[in-house]
Amino acid sequence: MKFAVKKGWSNGRARSGVLQLGSCPFPIQTPALLLTTRKGLPPFTSPDLLTSSLPSPDSHLLQFSPLHFLEGISPKTISNIGGLHQMLSLHQHIFAAVPRDSIIALPEHDSTNKYGASFQTPGGRLLIKPAEYVELVSSMKPDFWVTLADEVPAWVSNKRNRTSVDRTLRWLDDCLSLNKESTTIFGSIVGGSSIEERHRCAQEVAQRNVSGYWIGGFGLGESMDERAALLTAVTDNLPEDMPRHVSGLGLPEEVLQGVAAGIDLFDSTYVYHLTLGGFALTFPLERNKGENADYQLSDSGGDGMKINLKATVYRKDTSPIVESCICFTCQNHTKAYLNHLFNVHEMLAQTLLEIHNTHHYLGFFCSIRKAIEEGKFEQFRRNFVESRRDRLFAAASSA
Amino acid sequence: MAWFSACSIPAVPLFLQVLGRFNRARAAQLTLPHYLCQTPLFMPVGTQGTIKGLTKNQLEEIGCQIILGNTYHLALRPTSELIDELGGLHKFMNWPRALLTDSGGFQMVSLLHLADITEKGVTFQSPVDGKPMLLTPEESIQIQNRIGADIIMALDDVVRTTITGPRIEEAMYRTLRWIDRCIAAHKRPNEQNLFGIVQGGLDPVLRDICVRGLVERNLPGYAIGGLAGGEDKDSFWRVVAQCTAALPEDKPRYVMGVGYPLDIVVCSALGADMYDCVYPTRTARFGTALVPEGVLKLKHQAMANDIRPIDPMCECMLSRDLHSSIVEGRFPEFVCKFLQTMFPKGDVPEWVCNAMEVAGIDISSCCHEMKV
Repeated sequence: MKFAVKKGWSNGRARSGVLQLGSCPFPIQTPALLLTTRKGLPPFTSPDLLTSSLPSPDSHLLQFSPLHFLEGISPKTISNIGGLHQMLSLHQHIFAAVPRDSIIALPEHDSTNKYGASFQTPGGRLLIKPAEYVELVSSMKPDFWVTLADEVPAWVSNKRNRTSVDRTLRWLDDCLSLNKESTTIFGSIVGGSSIEERHRCAQEVAQRNVSGYWIGGFGLGESMDERAALLTAVTDNLPEDMPRHVSGLGLPEEVLQGVAAGIDLFDSTYVYHLTLGGFALTFPLERNKGENADYQLSDSGGDGMKINLKATVYRKDTSPIVESCICFTCQNHTKAYLNHLFNVHEMLAQTLLEIHNTHHYLGFFCSIRKAIEEGKFEQFRRNFVESRRDRLFAAASSA
Repeated sequence: MAWFSACSIPAVPLFLQVLGRFNRARAAQLTLPHYLCQTPLFMPVGTQGTIKGLTKNQLEEIGCQIILGNTYHLALRPTSELIDELGGLHKFMNWPRALLTDSGGFQMVSLLHLADITEKGVTFQSPVDGKPMLLTPEESIQIQNRIGADIIMALDDVVRTTITGPRIEEAMYRTLRWIDRCIAAHKRPNEQNLFGIVQGGLDPVLRDICVRGLVERNLPGYAIGGLAGGEDKDSFWRVVAQCTAALPEDKPRYVMGVGYPLDIVVCSALGADMYDCVYPTRTARFGTALVPEGVLKLKHQAMANDIRPIDPMCECMLSRDLHSSIVEGRFPEFVCKFLQTMFPKGDVPEWVCNAMEVAGIDISSCCHEMKV
């Protein structure tokens, strides 16, 4: 794996970088989005659509949890096939193994103990030990993987928090020593909502022989306000030229907060949850001065960021979700058709919507990168947050 | 092959040109307002204006030529008026190829509680508010006119072949009376092709009367209805054989509700051109894959660690293979290979052997009993 921060392209802590990983022949520009998957594939997009209808190489980063594979096809079989890339026939994609995903493998901190991390899954509660975890991961052969962590939410006691850091470090060392095939590992950093613990954990992990850092314990109940300081407590203690990956920062504003703290990779379930609910992203990717938030408000349950395609106001709307969008869905289909598909509970509704939402969100990341390279990231972030407030205000007052 | 622009409407909205034959089997080019099709062809069922989970590009890629839309479902949601207002179902779905809608009658009878058939039409309870409603031949055609499919189906009095008695005769004559009402109500004969449906149960006399009655009306195409409902296969193929022998050569023959790949091969050998069935899409939802040897139940524990690919024989591809094998003069070889793959032990069902005899295709190499 190769990662480099583009020198001279930084705005404060925000940085622009390039990532090159084994399977993918194209370099990935960061900050970048990892797509949420269920067993390696996006929930509603088939492999052929993944490659034919989403931008390349932006859409090549796929995040999965090894815990997805405790049911169904056995890890041994996947190993026999040659790993996930072979099984899914996605040879040019990058698979990142992260123990937790925010949909079906949620950390269960009460049940985690000194032996392993506990997760709440649809199949029940699971306890995973480092050795089991490493074995699972090695049968998948991902491009990089994150070490097992003890993630705790913001409200636990200091003692519990300290224990989580100690455990996470110990498991990191376990994972490193069990890593026979010298694969690419990201060291996990936790620390809850304690600046000191975050600081301590980051410094410890920075001393280990890893290829990058995964920052966990976010998106578990902390407020956005307290998060900023916690993020920088971590990133300030990490070497500049190594990639930083965070889970659980899903909303656009949270992503911007992460970028501002120096994060390079984000995995997020934002697109998944929007798609499930029938919401389509519509916020402008190009920031024009004096742009008014005059589209698609109040009637539709929208808020300037997204629209609710199930709303009756779209029954006869023959325009695409976003006029200027070049995704397959917007190029081929109307809001009226999508409205109908959602109303009659057809599978195609989510497939088409996931394509658009993913496309749109990848476009957002592209805008972020552009802003950083132009030295205007802080302004971009400010504008985004302010215009969101304006739209919400307008929506509220016209309702 | 000349490409047919979706924008230009031909003077005749349907034209069938036979390109190759083997005895009764024919491979043809069927020109419709929105697409130039090749028969034999299979029409997947896109009930609510979509084939479950597949995009239009994926459908084009697998060779889908005509999609069937269900009038009953579409009239319910989003309503035929809305579809019409937005420019028709092709535009609504953005499907650049051909569409066919059924009359709505079958769904009503099979889906609805208290549906009944009278001379006026099909009476039923509205699934929305329980009010008594009536679907007449006129109303069915009007709905289909609004939806705008290339082929529309007449409202027929369809009776299951498992029923016997005077009801079958009544249904057959009513179907003939209704076709006249459908023809009179049809407002777009230059853009949409109204197909009549042959009824008459399993009675050859009734079927004959119905065929002759429909042929007299000189319709653009004919469907063989009332089958695919549980009758025994031996009766099934005989009805198809009788109808295809009596229907005009230069018009397409559509066997409704068929079906399994084996049925499609047999009916094609007997001279049918078009098929529709929920089988492939429905069976896929239950995790069953269609393969040349039969089916693969993918959810079975035995499949859990099987890393071989499926090797699909999708029905669209089956019909494409049928077409090219007839055109290229190797239809009997194709049929034999098909049967050998599906019945490696040579246990080809008797009804298939009987049908192939009538179709004039020698399948002795596939049948165990015949190998002496």
